[in-house]
Amino acid sequence: MDFNDTPEEAKFRKEAYEWLASNAELKEGPKDSWRASSEEEGLKQVKVWQKKLHEGGWACLHWPKTYGGRESTPIERVIWGQEVSKFKVPGGYLEIGQGMAGPVMMMYATEEQKERYLPPLATGEEIWCQLFSEPAAGSDVAGIKTKAELDGDTWTINGQKVWTSGAHFSDYGILVTRSDPSAPKHKGLTFFFVDMKSPGIEVKPIKQISGGANFNEVYFTDVKIPDSQRLGAVGEGWKVSLTTLMNERLAVGDASGPDFEEAFSLARGQDLNGKLAIENDSVREKLADWYCQQSGLKYAKYRNISALSRGETPGPQSSITKIVSGNKLQEIANFGLDMLDSAGILRSDEEGAEQSMYQYGFYGAAGIRIAGGTDEILKNIISEQVLGMPQDMRADKGLPFNEIPTGNK
Amino acid sequence: MNFEFSADQMQLKDIARKFLEKEESVKRARNVLEGEASYDEDLWSQIIEMGFTATAIPEEYGGLGLGYLELCVIAEELGRSLAPTPFSSSVYLASEAIINFGDESLKQSFLPGLASGEKIGAFAHSETNTSPTEANINCSFSSGTLSGTKIAVADGDVANTFIVTANNGSGVSLYLVDSTADGIQIEPQSTLDPSRSHASITFSNTPATELKSDWSDVLSLLDRAAVLFSFEQLGGAEACMDMAKEYAMGRYAFGRSIASFQAIKHKLADMFIAVELARSNCYYGAWALSTDAPELPTAAATCRVSASQAFHECSKENIQTHGGMGFTWEFDCHLYYRRCRQLAANIGSQSIWKDKLIGSLERANQI
Repeated sequence: MDFNDTPEEAKFRKEAYEWLASNAELKEGPKDSWRASSEEEGLKQVKVWQKKLHEGGWACLHWPKTYGGRESTPIERVIWGQEVSKFKVPGGYLEIGQGMAGPVMMMYATEEQKERYLPPLATGEEIWCQLFSEPAAGSDVAGIKTKAELDGDTWTINGQKVWTSGAHFSDYGILVTRSDPSAPKHKGLTFFFVDMKSPGIEVKPIKQISGGANFNEVYFTDVKIPDSQRLGAVGEGWKVSLTTLMNERLAVGDASGPDFEEAFSLARGQDLNGKLAIENDSVREKLADWYCQQSGLKYAKYRNISALSRGETPGPQSSITKIVSGNKLQEIANFGLDMLDSAGILRSDEEGAEQSMYQYGFYGAAGIRIAGGTDEILKNIISEQVLGMPQDMRADKGLPFNEIPTGNK
Repeated sequence: MNFEFSADQMQLKDIARKFLEKEESVKRARNVLEGEASYDEDLWSQIIEMGFTATAIPEEYGGLGLGYLELCVIAEELGRSLAPTPFSSSVYLASEAIINFGDESLKQSFLPGLASGEKIGAFAHSETNTSPTEANINCSFSSGTLSGTKIAVADGDVANTFIVTANNGSGVSLYLVDSTADGIQIEPQSTLDPSRSHASITFSNTPATELKSDWSDVLSLLDRAAVLFSFEQLGGAEACMDMAKEYAMGRYAFGRSIASFQAIKHKLADMFIAVELARSNCYYGAWALSTDAPELPTAAATCRVSASQAFHECSKENIQTHGGMGFTWEFDCHLYYRRCRQLAANIGSQSIWKDKLIGSLERANQI
């Protein structure tokens, strides 16, 4: 048992670090990170950085070289992730395209389409979004209603998508629709990719509880999609969706925000009822719980990496990351603000201020516990897919979709 | 990165598991619970024969000289199967005290016997219903003899070698007492987990040998033991999760398997989360113990807290999942519920370990 690289891993790590060192700036501390002044500015910087990555041979590591990747092993991706986290580099905007749209295109698109659409994903020239959730289909995502009707070799799309991250700056989207409302829920779906500049697509931002707007409602009114942009067979859209949902679950990891280190250092400097907060027993007890959770996730990850290093598939331990870290973040954010006593209610927008870090976590955690699979859905996945327990009995099983009650009544 | 037990260690674990299953260790725990014997002598002698007690004792003292990773995997299986033997007292505490703090002659006199099972060790530490501290240990040592009373000594009525904490006037140290020495009175005590026997021990001017140690060594002994106890707790927790799942799958109510109800599935998912966190933290503890890492105090407290929480969660929710049957004497759920409490109590409470954890992080400034 050790934490060491194999000689090949060490060589890859050195190569990655050296390239990064000559192309990016080292972080000043573990919490130092890249920030953009606006979304527009951020997108611009991300594209410049992605182009540089691609030219250096560090884009979409596990993709085939033909499409702009590096054909790296899973453990090399992990090592790259560890090394890149030491540097202050732009991030965001590209994950959905590279992590979800890319893999589904690789599996279902024609060779010509792959040659056309995959390389610009790798170079960062084109941005993609994922058009899945709808107002009446959240956790029950197979309950979507957006209609697709075929006439000749053209489909007409009508309906509404929601929670679509980045739709307002995306060039393309992957889209799941209902092509046969009389078939049972999971049977009548068909999957496409769509040009987001198509006539009839309207994108409206959704204001979040934090005040920001990272995602959107997307309306489809008589949007035309050629049949050649269908991915998978007609009626097989659920199967295609699962490919991307699996990738989404792998992509969503640790909740970002204040963690044990921040809470610990806050408690060591903050006065609480006449003495340092760290001397308070209830504070110590909470800190110990968070430390154990953080440590458990850290070493679960090390167990995963060890499996990858041996060329094995990691065990199910990774499925607990988002549930544990999202809930921990919510508690730590609440603790951080509680430490400020009455003043914890005051807003602070000051960049990098301790208070605003906890306020960010206060909002962010509420979202993290829902995004990419709610805590409840993840617990279903653990119990069904890891522990092998049966699915809940479904009231809609076998019914034609158009006879199933959905949404808010 | 190789943060995993080796193939050989996993094979040893598998051997231990199959052996304990074949010997119906859980059933034997019930027999001890219901019977007169303090432990299962037959299982104990087979465990000795398997070499488990000798695992981490160096070869020059009659041990196998394997290592702590090997001992960790055995501990997990003993915990999973509720093995009703004095293993934890003799191996994780008494043997460790002598290996780490005994002088050459003590090692030669005692370790071969502890390895071969001819000697059974126990650790006598608690005196009252508060956590032992350097200031409140009343057992005293002077002019070669020890006096005072210890309570809730696990395996105190079956051990023949005691490691005792006592104050010698300048601080607390570890002492070794042979059960045949003069002035020892041993009284079995009834407990919440009768599958593991406990006793109070009164020493009256009893001859004792000092181990070269002070209070920080007592804490260090507890840290080392905590990692091994954590593996027993982890094994117990996982066994409860498996029992709960199996029962839920086969139990039908409202026309369906109760394992299809979200209330039960989410309960099981919570158990799984607790077990996975504990397992990962236990691996951290195992690494720190086996490499004598400076982080051992942090790692030990982390795995102890995490594994105690997991066993608590799983043993109580296992009863809950079984419904009324879980509350019967007939079902095994209560055996685990009892053992969970015994292991949680044995080397100090959850609150103390949480406090130790934060204390060790403060000292190490390990942030």
